[in-house]
Order: sequence, then C-alpha cells, then structure tokens
Amino acid sequence: MSAAVALAEAGVRPTVIDENSLAGGQGFRQTNADIELDTRAIYGHEYNKHQNLHSRFRGCLDKIDYRPSTLVWAIHGGKAHTLNAEGFSEIAFDGLILAPGATDRLMPLPGWTLPGVFSLGAAQVALKDQGCFIGRRIVFAGSSPLLLLAALQYHKLGARQLCVLDTTPLRQKLRAAPGLLQSSRTFVQGLSYLWSLKKRGVPVHSGVKLQGIEGQGRVAAIRYADAWGRKHRIACDAVALGYGLRAETQLPELAGAEFQFDHGLRQWLPKIDTSGRAGDCLYIAGDGAATGGADAAIASGMLAATGLLGDLGMSQIGKDRRDLQRQVCKLRRFQHHLAKAFRWPHETAQTLPDHTIVCRCENVTAGDIRAAAKQALGPIELNRMKAITRCGMGRCQGRFCSAALAEITAAACGKPIDAVGRLRAQAPVKPVPLSTSETTAR
Amino acid sequence: MTQETETIIIGGGLIGAFTAYFLAREGHPVTVLEKGFVGAQSSGANFGNLRLQGRDPYQYPLSLRAQAIWETFEETTGESFEYDRTGHLYIARNEPELAKLEHHAEIARGQGLNIEMLATKALKKRFPYLAEDTLAATFCGRDATANPRLATPAVMRVAQRFGARIIEHCETLSTLHTGSRFEVETTKGSFVSSSLVNAAGAWGGAIAARFGELVPVFSAGPPQFVTEPFPHVIQPSMQMVNGSVIFRQIPRGNVIVAGYPRTASEADGNHTFVPPGKTLAGMEALGAVVPLLRDAHVIRVWSGVEGYLPDMRPIIGPSRKQNGLFHAFACCGHGFQIAPGIGAVLSELIRTGHSDTPIEAYDIERFRNQVPDNEKFIREFDIRTAGPAAG
Repeated sequence: MSAAVALAEAGVRPTVIDENSLAGGQGFRQTNADIELDTRAIYGHEYNKHQNLHSRFRGCLDKIDYRPSTLVWAIHGGKAHTLNAEGFSEIAFDGLILAPGATDRLMPLPGWTLPGVFSLGAAQVALKDQGCFIGRRIVFAGSSPLLLLAALQYHKLGARQLCVLDTTPLRQKLRAAPGLLQSSRTFVQGLSYLWSLKKRGVPVHSGVKLQGIEGQGRVAAIRYADAWGRKHRIACDAVALGYGLRAETQLPELAGAEFQFDHGLRQWLPKIDTSGRAGDCLYIAGDGAATGGADAAIASGMLAATGLLGDLGMSQIGKDRRDLQRQVCKLRRFQHHLAKAFRWPHETAQTLPDHTIVCRCENVTAGDIRAAAKQALGPIELNRMKAITRCGMGRCQGRFCSAALAEITAAACGKPIDAVGRLRAQAPVKPVPLSTSETTAR
Repeated sequence: MTQETETIIIGGGLIGAFTAYFLAREGHPVTVLEKGFVGAQSSGANFGNLRLQGRDPYQYPLSLRAQAIWETFEETTGESFEYDRTGHLYIARNEPELAKLEHHAEIARGQGLNIEMLATKALKKRFPYLAEDTLAATFCGRDATANPRLATPAVMRVAQRFGARIIEHCETLSTLHTGSRFEVETTKGSFVSSSLVNAAGAWGGAIAARFGELVPVFSAGPPQFVTEPFPHVIQPSMQMVNGSVIFRQIPRGNVIVAGYPRTASEADGNHTFVPPGKTLAGMEALGAVVPLLRDAHVIRVWSGVEGYLPDMRPIIGPSRKQNGLFHAFACCGHGFQIAPGIGAVLSELIRTGHSDTPIEAYDIERFRNQVPDNEKFIREFDIRTAGPAAG
C-alpha cells in the first residue's frame, strides 16, 4: 500500500495485485467488516498508524489499478502471471515492486500436525478475518515477540484461558537488551505487551523446552520442560506456534533476485541495496526483503517506489530518501537484536525424535531425512534432499518445512547451515487449479 | 597426485551409473567424475517412463535389453527406485492418430511385444475416466515406470559396492590423449586411464569437441508439472500419440505430467525455465483427456537440461577420431529407458571391443554429413537453436 500510494502521488498509475481480498497484508490486515470486531483493541497503539495508511490508500484508489483476490503464480519474461476468479491472465511490467511478506518460521515438534495446532499468523488471521478464536484454552508457543502480541489481542477480545511458552531463556533476553534499546520505542512497546499480559493474569514462561503436543485426533495438551528442567503438561485445545518470521522468497527468486545468507536471522534473504533494489527495475519491500515490522514496511515501500521512479528516470534522490534508508536500516538492525532475545532454537533440530513429522504435506519425518543423509552418495544439499525424501515437495513447496529441513540436514551432514543451500523456487507459487486453464484466452 | 584407473566416465547421470555398474561388476577398475551431484540433471528430472511402445524401430534390441535389466535390477541388488510395471496406454483421438497407433503397434509386435488394441467401448470399460471422445488406444503391459530421482543414486551405490569410484563435485577442466592414455584434469586433481566414456548428457558435445568431433547438440527440456495427490485411480502411464501430453499417477496419488513443445535451455546451459503459457497448455490438454483431473491443482512445475540432436537420435558408440574414447550422450529426451542397455553395451565394447546389440545408427560419424531433421524434432520444439557446440 505504501509503495502504491507513493507511485500514485508521483503521477504513475501502478497496478496493485493482492492475493488477499482486502488490502493491508498481515500487519495492517483489515478486520472483517461483516463482523463487529473491536479493531482499536486489536491494534492498540498501532491503531492510528493502521487507519492512516488505509485512508491514504483508499484516497488513491482512483489512481491505482487495484486487483484484489488475485494470485501472482509465476513471473517470467517481464510478465506477472496471475490467477483470479476470472481465470489466468498476464500483466507486462516496466518495473516490479514485490512485497510478499513473511510467514511464521516453524520448528516441528511431535504432534504439531494435530488439528488444533496453528501457526501464530494463522491464529491472528482467524481473529481479524473471521472473528474466531482458534480454541478456548490456547497456548502460544515458540520464540517470537508476536506470541505476546497475539496473546494480548486474544485476551482483549475475550479469550481467557491463555498461556505463553517462550523457548528463549530470560538471561539471553537480558543479554540482548542493550541492543534492543537502540530502538527504544519498539522496545518499550514490547515490554508493554509483557506488562499487559502480566496484569491480565496470562502466564508467560520463558526458557522452556517444548517436548510435544498430545491428543487423539486433535490437540489435548502440550508438554514442556521449564527453565529448571521440571516437566509440565498443560491441557489445551489449541496451540499457536511461531519462531519469528520467514520471508516469502519465491516471487523475488522467480523475478531474478539473488540470495545471501543472513546469519543474524539465520535464513536466506534476497540481496538488496539500501533502497530495496534487487535487480533491474526490481524492488523488494517489507518483511519479504528482511524482517523489519510495520514501520519498516511503510518506509521500505516508499523507498522502493522512489527507487523505481529513479530507475525509470522520473525522480531524483532527495534527503527524504536518505532519511527513509536510515530508518529502514535501523529497524532491520533492531530485528537482529530481537532475534537474539527471541532465538530460533536451531539446535532443537538435532534432538527432534526420529518419528517427528517435518514435512506435513508429504509426511516426511526427521528420521527419513537423517537416514537419507547417512546413505552412501546421500544428499548433502537441500534440493537433493527434497528429491530423495520428498520433504518440501508437496502443496506448500517447502514454505513451512524448509527452515527445519535445512537445520536437520546440516546437523545430519555435519555442515554449517549456509553450506546446505536453499530450496529452489518453482512456479506455481501457490497451487493453481487445472480447470481454470480452459477458460483462459492466451 | 595423479589417480590411475582403467576407465574414466565423465558424467554421473544414469548412463554413467549403469556403465560403471556393468564395468565394476566384471572387476574392471572404473572412476566416475561428476561435476555436481549424481543423477541431478536430466537423469533425475525426467518423466520416469520405461516405455517400449513407439520407439525408434532401430532401437528395439537396445531397448528390450534395457527393459530386462530394469525388470530385475531391484531384486538382484536390493536397491529401490520404485520400478512399477504399470503398462502404458498410447491414445488416439482421430483417424490419422489411429493410423499412427497401428503403425507403432505393428513394429512393436514384430519385436515380440504384446500390444493390445482397444477401441472406444473396451477403453471406456477399462479406463472409465478417459474423455468420451477417446477413439482408440494401444496398451503394452510390459511398459513400466520408475522414479528418476532415486534411480541414478541407487545404481551408483551398487556400482560403488562393486568397487567403482564415484567422485561428485569434480568438474572436468581438460581431457587429452597423450599417445598411450587419457589424461583428465579436474577440480579434484588429475586422473589417467586407458579408456574414456563421454556420458556428459547435454554437456557431452563440449567433451566430443575436445577430440575434434563436432555435433549439433543443444540443450532443452519439456515443460513438466505435478498435481496434488488424490486417490490412486490411473494405473498405466498414458500418452497422447499426437504428443500433446503424457502423464502418470504414482501410488502416492500425484499425477506427473509432461507436455510439449520443449523449451530451449538458458544461455548458461544449466537451467531450463518453463514459460507459464506452456504449463497452462499442458494443463488444458490433460483436462481434455481426463476430465476428472479438472478439479486437481498443480503444485509444482519443472523442466530439465537434456541434450538434443536434430535427428532425435542419441550418440552412442566409439569415437571415430580417438581410440579408447566412447560416447553416450544427447539422448534427445528418451535416455531414461535405454540407459541400462547403453551401460551394458559400452561395458562390452570397452572390455571386449564387441557387442551383439546393434547401435550403428547412433554413430557420431553421421554428423560428418548433413543429417535431415526428424519430423518429431520439428513438431516438438518451438525454438530452433541447433548449432555446432563450441568446445
């Protein structure tokens, strides 16, 4: 939205293709208008920012070719290939700004594929989009500041039996605090989530080790060991899991972006310059470039727009742009400190029981991956591992298992994480129905 | 340090694997040099069809020999690559296509294969999910499929157990013959041998060129895609004789599909990107043959880097310029089925200088003269990029 507004204001009529039916992405998701939801409660002190961006976008709609509920399933030869209710279509472009966002990074654990287990983002979508809680007794587990935010949003809207299990020990959070203070506003905001949860009586346990989710046919309980090694079992009917964010990288890759390994966030991210430029007239903004949060999304969207206008010979580099660059840079650096306070517990991958399902689409276990790696001429690279074990080969194309697949493969081969490569992106970015191909003129 | 062996094979694809297997099994010292991972190029990315119907008539002795090896390999070695005797259905939707079917069937029957001709009624009974307007089809129960992703590593492991050396991430930098032996410089050191096998697939033209044998090989790949899994109802692999689409359902439930025309690989020679329009054309063709599949979703698209020649025939056999050098590359999209046969024949040629299986039609010598383009070549490619490969 931010990039589109900037382009529209500069007199360029951008085409905005959004997979969602309502603008806003994930961070600025609009609550379902058909349900009476207290949007102000959900967004808290972000509410005004939320309203402001939406009103600016709405104000520009006559200057934007806006195509909601439309999937870009492939990018090839200077065209975005789309699918919506009318069928397949293609849109040629001079410049491309990708804002694919991110999803939760997930670390599997025994039982995580039981009905009733959601990703943290899905738990928020259920709330904002459908006005639903994912359960009555809900455990928010993993390692992410968004666990606190989601728990708070749920509590504000009336959910009562809530608990947060954070796998990062308190001492590591304290160690990360000086770095976090560099962006004191965001830090204070995070602390306020924690404080509000305490005040509301929602337990938050840090430094836990998640051991498994139990249930016959659906979630009945979660087991964990606390910071002192004592074992606990919490009865619950829903679990929301999240370990920070994982950038959606398929579209940038199909558009020709190159990738580099970010050791701080421990994932492969597109190579971009300070404006988000990833190639010839190709820009990536928001969490899809590198986790940065809502403010970075707005700023990086504007940056991408001005950068692209510059590439097309339609604007000059001004002071504004340098300010924006500094802002985005600072916000993304903050995320590196945050990644220490809310650690991705990668070493867990080594100790996952063999029977743990890693790839839920193809039912591939940690044991399958380890066995493949041990074979003579066994795979030591992710695409080969996928070819041999089918891990990452199903409906989601590795979007939810590749982080764990990489960790398990690296551990099984005794290689550093950045030496096992990354899964190559292939179209379609999301599954596309066969039937629609007949109705489409080419 | 220079490493000595009897035979060096350049290329760790399926042909390299079977050649190494047949040599090593006879106690012949052999080393495979693979620039990346074994079986990661067209050997691993192809459709996985082990079809005997509709082959180049000349190819049957080689093809039948290969099929016999496919049929027993898993049992005799204990390795698995999901060999499945699914049978293969060749489908016609109009009279000219039917005439083509009959022609193919006659040739195959001449080779002793049992080919059933099924008219509309019989088809409807046996394969009720086929479209109403399906005219006729031929079925061969000996046709089969295997999982290409698993096949090459499996054969390589057996070769390794027989003593073959398999070296991955070993790119060949130079190859020359010094009068008595081959010297191969690689990113992992020097190797010398008395025989050399060029099984470098789409990259084989460059190796041949180092010995002064120029061939018009070029790289391309078919658009392929796979659907999400659903109940296993389609048993045989199926192919439209007009070449529009070929598909099979694996027991896991996914339907694997390859369509045409093929696409030329990128200039780097290492990637083939599928234009989305070709995927859509393949999807439409599939829905027309099996209307039931119109509800399916496509989850992944891919292609491969395969070596092609304008007469749509591979190059197999001894070099005509250098004693001790043997070629087996550019299989024009049908190398998977014949690979075990090629391995067996090359092993015989290297060890004894003779094989009873005829391969003369695949002699590299044919490119000394102008070779006419194959009708299939003209139909199945939309971009003509053929030209002599530069070394």
